[in-house]
Amino acid sequence: MPNMKELENLLARGKITRRDFMGRAAALGVTISMASALWSTTALSATPKKGGKLRVGMAHGSTTDSIDPATTSHAYMKFVQLGLRNHLTEIGNTDKLIPELAESWEASADAATWTFELRKGVEFHNGKTMDAADVVASYNHHRGEDSKSAAKGFLDPIVEMKADGKNTVVFAFREGNADWPYIVSDYHFAIMPSKDGKVDWESGVGTGGYKLKKFEPGVRTSLERNPNYWKEGHANFDTAEILAVIDQAARTNALTTGEVDVIDRVEVKTAHLLEKNPDIRIEETSGTAHYTFAMRTDTPPFDNNHVRMALKHAVDREALLQSVLRGRGVLGNDHPISQNLRFHAGELPQRTYDIDKAKFHLKKAGLSSLTVELSAADAAFDGAVDAAVLYKEHAAPAGITINVIREPNDGYWSNVWMKKPWGAVYWSGRPTEDWMFSIAYAAGANWNDTFWEHDRFNVLLKQARAELDEAKRHEMYVEMQTIVRDEGGVVVPMFNNFVLGFRENVKHNRLASNSTMDGAKGMERWWFS
Amino acid sequence: MTQIVVLVAQRLALGLLTLFVVSLIIFLGVELLPGDLAEAILGQAATPETVAAFRRELMLDLPAHERYVKWLVDMVQGDMGRSLANKREISELIGGRLGNTMFLASLAAVISVPLAVTLGVLAALYRNTLFDRFVNVVTLSSISFPEFFVAYILILFLAVKISVFPSISNIYDELTFLEKLYRSALPAFTLTLVVVAHMMRMTRAAIINLLASPFIEMAHLKGLSRSRIIVMHALPNALGPIINVIVINLAYLVVGVVVVEVVFVYPGLGQLLVDSVSKRDIPVVQASSLIFAGTYILLNLTADVLSILSNPRLMHPK
Repeated sequence: MPNMKELENLLARGKITRRDFMGRAAALGVTISMASALWSTTALSATPKKGGKLRVGMAHGSTTDSIDPATTSHAYMKFVQLGLRNHLTEIGNTDKLIPELAESWEASADAATWTFELRKGVEFHNGKTMDAADVVASYNHHRGEDSKSAAKGFLDPIVEMKADGKNTVVFAFREGNADWPYIVSDYHFAIMPSKDGKVDWESGVGTGGYKLKKFEPGVRTSLERNPNYWKEGHANFDTAEILAVIDQAARTNALTTGEVDVIDRVEVKTAHLLEKNPDIRIEETSGTAHYTFAMRTDTPPFDNNHVRMALKHAVDREALLQSVLRGRGVLGNDHPISQNLRFHAGELPQRTYDIDKAKFHLKKAGLSSLTVELSAADAAFDGAVDAAVLYKEHAAPAGITINVIREPNDGYWSNVWMKKPWGAVYWSGRPTEDWMFSIAYAAGANWNDTFWEHDRFNVLLKQARAELDEAKRHEMYVEMQTIVRDEGGVVVPMFNNFVLGFRENVKHNRLASNSTMDGAKGMERWWFS
Repeated sequence: MTQIVVLVAQRLALGLLTLFVVSLIIFLGVELLPGDLAEAILGQAATPETVAAFRRELMLDLPAHERYVKWLVDMVQGDMGRSLANKREISELIGGRLGNTMFLASLAAVISVPLAVTLGVLAALYRNTLFDRFVNVVTLSSISFPEFFVAYILILFLAVKISVFPSISNIYDELTFLEKLYRSALPAFTLTLVVVAHMMRMTRAAIINLLASPFIEMAHLKGLSRSRIIVMHALPNALGPIINVIVINLAYLVVGVVVVEVVFVYPGLGQLLVDSVSKRDIPVVQASSLIFAGTYILLNLTADVLSILSNPRLMHPK
């Protein structure tokens, strides 16, 4: 039980809810009225101040980066994009869906037609007023023959998309799509100014809190506040400078010497040492990102579910979490839905390391021993090779021999992933169940890296997508998580936390967990004390 | 003198041929690497359709020889082309980076070359004394450690323990010369420590080698002081090998500093090359490699000309 000071700290950092705070304060012997007063002083003292220059050191960034949202793929460019541009909706810092450029939206009864009412009078950095034509053009940017956008798949089921007047956009789908308001918050669907139906992405002009001053791919991006920003209390820094600091040690040094104010991807092995520095604050959020070992269910021996179950029982997840992530993560339960999502199946028992069950399933599969190859490279995730070697050790007592194949980092995603029968994979996760399942578990999905086809699962996926009743959806998604867990081709040992390092003077409310760097929106959410 | 002009002209012509061969080898090398830019950029997010669309846009679907010939024709006309990845003009992309790399290399050279030659001369003058041993031990140790280690040690003492210099070199155009100097200090020191030993040992060895020659003996017998003999008589005759080593190290300062760039986040050409190779951005790889190859060719030429000037006997090979 923390003392009062720690409790206030937790509160100031938005780590606990009011209910938790009151409960814990009462346990410490603080009266309700007193606790209530404390709640309001601490929680409300978090009023943003304007000013200063935010300097961020990020672990990604390459000279080949582009500010085209269609090819944005890593945290650095996401962070820049979300500073420059807005979306129709936003996942707020409390992980709830809130309106952004759309003021409101509604679905038809079958969830197949969505109507978005746009916020009026929002101006782009170049003075143009944002209207429905810009929204339509921004979405069309990802569609069509020549699209190289990773988000193209979402737009394929659209039968019609049109501007209805200046402030209304209508999306009509072939079938129900209950999560569409969530999907439009995706960083690909940034709203950009358009001319004759073509968007202008090259200039970096958007409606966001910051204007682009200079973009040097792979080196630095400098931005200045958009004085005209329509969101109250957001975009508090006068200027911002986002540096690509790929080297772990350089990033850590830059933070300790005060060269930068915030870094992402703090090395978990040294985070506890950084925490001792009084000028530095380490923050973690448990998000949707997770590590998997994906088995190709179309390839022997992984086509036999008993073999898969034997392997799922033959790994000590707790040990992996402790050694690979130093405990900075959450145990996985062999399905990809994180505890932060709306329909997470918390009631499913945690899968544990159980040699007897592993042996039992091997026997059911008609085998006395099993030899398989596991491909891994640190390109999959930091520590993937170590994790694979630990897996090998854990599985050995069950009579399973795992030969760890160390693959080259270069070209891992094109030559190993979805090619080799069993390999380590990283998923940044998605903010909705349907999204995650649709891209990687549905039959025939582009990234179905387990080549898994399950009839009941696929039926449920379709039904749940078109269902607007939350209780019914919950039931369906729990069943789907159970199916993946017990029949899927994937071992999900853990969800990794996003670990950030802040200089003490950078303040923020609760950090969003949908993506690293406060949902990649830190630039407009944080401020200097 | 005409002989020198002829030699320079011959070398430059050969240099052009070398550049052509280099470009061909680099092109084939990058072609042989698995995957292409479309796959590398889209990464885990690639789907067959998006990769195909990307390839069409970049004209990666054309056969390799067509792309090479097209690139060569443009290059000969002075058009380096555009980066495949972000459509930027390569000249613009490389220009700033090249400037940064040259700045750092010059800074390191300005510190290290006089330092190395002076130390070498002093070590020769006081050879086998404690001073000689000390200089040898220090320089040989610093060259024996990997660059990133030297860099981290400097960061630890000069940036973290005592904040004298910044730990990362955040360099951009708007900075004044002095600010740039200040921010590049640690990488320049690191490079100095890495290259001094080679040049210093060569200076020392070349001078000591000459000390047994008859003309040095003669100078001794004339009663000249040791320092005068070494600086005025031995050093000019030892210049040939010293210049060669200095030039090799200068070339290294330009082309071999990727590790130092990464550690100090210095925006130089090396990082650009590494990024471009890993993303298979062939035009950028080609342009950077040609610059590197050109640097080597020009510096080697300079070394040869200077050696000949310092020792005219070389003009008349047997």
